[in-house]
Amino acid sequence: MFQVAVTAMVYRIETAAVQSLIEVLHQQNYSVLGPTLRDGSIVYDELHDASDLPMGWTEEQRPGYYRIRKRNDEALFGFTLGPHSWKKFLFPSISKLFSASRNAKGFNVLKDKAEPKGGTKPLAFFGVRPCELHAIEIQDKVFASGDYKDPQYNNVRAQVFIVAVNCSHPAETCFCSSMGTGPGVEGQYDLALTEIIDEKQHFFLIEAGSPKGEQVLENIQHHPAEGNEVSKGEDVVRTAASNMKRTLDTRGIKELLYENAEHPEWEKVGARCLSCANCTLVCPTCFCNTVEDSTDLGGTEATRTRKWDSCFTLDFSYIHGGNIRTSTKARYRQWMTHKLASWIDQFGTSGCVGCGRCITWCPVGIDITDETRVIRDNNGSA
Amino acid sequence: MAKSGKPKLAVWKFSSCDGCQLSLLDCEDELLAVAEKVDIANFPEASRAVVKGPYDVSLVEGSITTPHDAERIHRVRRSSKLLITIGACATAGGIQALRNFKNVNEFISIVYANPQYIETLNKSTAIADHVHVDFELRGCPINKYQLVEVISALLNGRKPNIPPYSVCVECKRRGTVCGLVSHGSYCLGPVTQAGCNALCPTYHRACFGCYGPKETPNTASLSALWEASGVPQEDLVRLYRGFNAYADAFRKESEAHEQ
Repeated sequence: MFQVAVTAMVYRIETAAVQSLIEVLHQQNYSVLGPTLRDGSIVYDELHDASDLPMGWTEEQRPGYYRIRKRNDEALFGFTLGPHSWKKFLFPSISKLFSASRNAKGFNVLKDKAEPKGGTKPLAFFGVRPCELHAIEIQDKVFASGDYKDPQYNNVRAQVFIVAVNCSHPAETCFCSSMGTGPGVEGQYDLALTEIIDEKQHFFLIEAGSPKGEQVLENIQHHPAEGNEVSKGEDVVRTAASNMKRTLDTRGIKELLYENAEHPEWEKVGARCLSCANCTLVCPTCFCNTVEDSTDLGGTEATRTRKWDSCFTLDFSYIHGGNIRTSTKARYRQWMTHKLASWIDQFGTSGCVGCGRCITWCPVGIDITDETRVIRDNNGSA
Repeated sequence: MAKSGKPKLAVWKFSSCDGCQLSLLDCEDELLAVAEKVDIANFPEASRAVVKGPYDVSLVEGSITTPHDAERIHRVRRSSKLLITIGACATAGGIQALRNFKNVNEFISIVYANPQYIETLNKSTAIADHVHVDFELRGCPINKYQLVEVISALLNGRKPNIPPYSVCVECKRRGTVCGLVSHGSYCLGPVTQAGCNALCPTYHRACFGCYGPKETPNTASLSALWEASGVPQEDLVRLYRGFNAYADAFRKESEAHEQ
């Protein structure tokens, strides 16, 4: 393959330019989506301007625990990750596939009257963390490659503009270093930001990763970063990496989990697991869905709807004659083994990006890194 | 079938507050469509007119609390092709099943001036404890969209889309932030069946389990979490003793914390 070695130019923009950046994206007809404070949490939603960003906020995360906290500065990206991931925009939790009406011979597929939510405006994801950039790439493999491409996903995805942000504050539940997905931005993005903040200064470093990104950058005030500014940016990522305490040892993980399908730990974790499905729904790569058919009362119109589903529900593995994973133990084992092992066989990468959401948002704080450790430490004890 | 050729639908009331029947009236727009497709043969909240049985579908609201009702439900069953229970009372005994944990005679003597006129059973029980039930619709009250879905599925000969998984699934689909994790609320969502579209959590109120236990509910693990954070045993008992106190999983969990 033809390859060009690109050393992207690093520029400095002032904090006020973040507002200009959002404005330029709006001018280019993007619907700008990004982190904002709601219900005591940092969620992804529409950004009208820079004041919608969670300025001066951070979070404390532990297994089964999430609280927002005030910072003593005005950092715009001084937090890590909330419960939402970008998949809610690319692969909506509920979407109509089609509806049909009965006729004399059979049925007609009805033309869509309503536009999808948010219209057909292209989306700009503002503030994509490195692990999430990898998660989007993983979902691209699921929905946008191979013989069966998902048209709904692709229509939205093809037009997405990505503003990535280097991580400065890993949460206690983060382990992207172990998964090779962070804390520094890499992969496909249009623009990448690094926030530099201390007692003396507050500014951003910005790099373009695509012609689209360069074009947006041209429209905001920027100038080449000086050598010491660039190294400050590198320090941010280096510090984030060294502050990340949680790890997941991925050496031979596929074989490890395949060989330990009968490990006693599955029984133990199955006893704690609520089978509530929260882990799968907050996971930025989990893609399982169910298709529901419904009819109107008169039986003249039928609609097929796709909804997020989870391998933790019984209906998910209901096949003719019954359910194949009746115990919670079997369902947890299925999820974790797929995520960390059979995903590799299926898609060529791990299904885990180390974002830690499944740890934070599990009500009883089940920790995928702990479960892996227990199985590794007593490998083959079954 | 009625003379009109439409299926005959009857609504029956046992021990209940009528709230679930009102959910049917609350269908408003959909109600006209329902009335077009079925003959409403008996519906005490809507009309005094009663069409004789047998009925194609009976919706049963309320629990069994008196000897008279324990007999009457068999008559309803005999005259109904399909029997669907609606609401927490009919599916689990309702809030009035709180008496099941005490001696009912003590309540009678305190509440009524002339307790000798009261004829009641020791326990408030679900319809399914007395007769075969074809489908159970949960909730206190039921969700009108779920009711229309069940009727629509019946009329069209398909399986109703009434999922037995947790309320959490609906919270996450709506983008509602988990209150249990982000505020430490005592939310029963992880052990409660969906169907309300996560109504309470979306309005910042912890789920109190009005749809009853979900499929494979792990109440013990949820209780262990709260016990570890210092919730006293009597509060754990109260958490599970709401509208579905006598639903098996909730009953066992509350009894486990009652010393």
